[in-house]
Amino acid sequence: MTAAAAPMLELRHLSKIYGVDEAKVYALDDVNLTVQKGEFIAVMGPSGSGKSSAMNILGCLDTPTSGQYLLFGTDVTGLDRDQRALLRRYFLGFIFQGFNLLARTTALENVELPLIYQGIPADERRERSMDALTKVGLQGRADHRPSELSGGQQQRVAIARAIVTKPGLILADEPTGNLDSARGREIMELLVQLNREEGLSVLMVTHEPDMADYANRIVTFVDGKIQSDKVRDRHAA
Amino acid sequence: MLLEALRLALSTVFRNKLRSFLTVLGIVIGVASVIAMVTVGQGSTAQVQSDVASLGSNLLMIRPGAPGRGPGGGSNDAAPLTLADMQALLRYVPDIVAATPSSSRSQTVVFGEMNHTVQVTGTDDAYFGIRGWTLGFGRIFSDGEMRIGTPVCILGTTTSAALIGEGNPVGTTIRVGKISCEVIGLLAKREASTFGQDDNDIIVMPLKAFQRRISGNKNVQSISVTFRDGVRAEDVTVQIQSLMRERRKLTGDQSDDFNVFDMKQISSVLTGITGVLTGLLSAVAAISLLVGGIGIMNIMLVSVTERTREIGIRMAVGATESQVLMQFLVEAIVLSLIGGILGIFLGLGLGALGSYALNIGFLPDYRIVVASFIFSAVVGVVFGYFPARRAARLDPIEALRHQ
Repeated sequence: MTAAAAPMLELRHLSKIYGVDEAKVYALDDVNLTVQKGEFIAVMGPSGSGKSSAMNILGCLDTPTSGQYLLFGTDVTGLDRDQRALLRRYFLGFIFQGFNLLARTTALENVELPLIYQGIPADERRERSMDALTKVGLQGRADHRPSELSGGQQQRVAIARAIVTKPGLILADEPTGNLDSARGREIMELLVQLNREEGLSVLMVTHEPDMADYANRIVTFVDGKIQSDKVRDRHAA
Repeated sequence: MLLEALRLALSTVFRNKLRSFLTVLGIVIGVASVIAMVTVGQGSTAQVQSDVASLGSNLLMIRPGAPGRGPGGGSNDAAPLTLADMQALLRYVPDIVAATPSSSRSQTVVFGEMNHTVQVTGTDDAYFGIRGWTLGFGRIFSDGEMRIGTPVCILGTTTSAALIGEGNPVGTTIRVGKISCEVIGLLAKREASTFGQDDNDIIVMPLKAFQRRISGNKNVQSISVTFRDGVRAEDVTVQIQSLMRERRKLTGDQSDDFNVFDMKQISSVLTGITGVLTGLLSAVAAISLLVGGIGIMNIMLVSVTERTREIGIRMAVGATESQVLMQFLVEAIVLSLIGGILGIFLGLGLGALGSYALNIGFLPDYRIVVASFIFSAVVGVVFGYFPARRAARLDPIEALRHQ
């Protein structure tokens, strides 16, 4: 990474306000944040601190009230719904606390889903999805439906779905929140491995310090503002 | 992408077979009833037309009784017609090329163990030409038989089959009412059936024999005439009316006590009535298509609510509004088209059954089949659009949070 390159992601004086007049609530209050490619960031903070609002805006699911959001040096603040959908399709991958897999389709079909929207032909789709499932260690479970998989396995399918498009950034919202700590650590180790080996950038919301330990930078939100932003040595994986 | 949407729609529809079936039932019933109505309607229209064609062209029929009673006007107190009337028509109305008297009565006929009730008509040899009959076997009446009134008869195929069975009945003797009657001919089978009655169920005998042995009077119930080609039925009718008024001694202000029917005109009236009935019934059936469409909309709305989370997931991985819209719209169209196709088959089946029951030709019309298909698709688009748009407009954050 060269110093001249634009940061992967940059928030400038970003605010998100809900309600009007006296009922105004600042979910985000003048937030400035820069993320470089390849970082693994944990976003922490108590509930209501604005970390979810920040994730929604970073994930192009929501728009800020004021301020700027630059993705790869391009201002994406004023984009409409369809343009934001295209950004999600080509540059972002999501991992959720509740896995959010399509219940009635197989693991493989779940992983294929983003590629369908990219218009990738069926053969290539299948091949790339199998690759992604192999990377998360589920090559033998391709034909299983989510209900036939354990929670940890379901989250791996979700990770495969997030990485199958080779996105610039993975946004993970409490990815270990529905798992026991052993499964949670496995998921974190997988994310760390993908971060190291594939150069995948990860931005993860968590309230568990144990999980945040896997990140090489921890950003803490309080009352809609960034309270601390620490670059640190990664927990020995 | 459209292909993916189609694949997805089919798998969704077939996953919930019972629900999908119940959803499309409205469309099935609607399309089936429209097609059945139109098929039977067109069959009966064609039937009326071929019946009239079988009556022969340039045909007018004169009956006693005030106008406005219709061809079956039956009993009335007007003076009956006579053979002399027919002869006068032939002599004084030059446009008339042929005329035949006829009187009919329902009689029980017996042959051996078999008996059968049939319309017996007394007439002359001109009857066959004017009514478009040809002989399958035997001969028509001789002049002598006509003059004397010999009890000989010519049978229709249905009557013959009912009494004697298949084959040539010529030479056998049957009992008609109280008289014995020698069978001298068999009419060729005619496919037409006059307004639902089987034309081939008929016995024809010389008018004089009928008058003497069956009706017991000299009356003629109706006179059928054919007129020259190139002359308008209206003009001939006027001539017949003036001659008949003179013969019946009707003065200026007395209204006609006889009727001249133009069979073509009657057929167009009947065809019109059939058409109006078909139209009305189809309109009622079309309302059930509307109801079917509402059923689809209802289920699609339920489906959108049930699948809110799925929609959220699809949006998160990059589905645009129009892609989500397309997915649900295609699903609605697939549902309504499945309903349409099932309805087409059911409708054709019911139409065939109805045609068979009414004894008319089965005339499926490919245009109404195509129209039903297209209409089903339109129902899908119209009633699927609102739920699909609701899905497409969902906020992805809210949708993902939906339980």
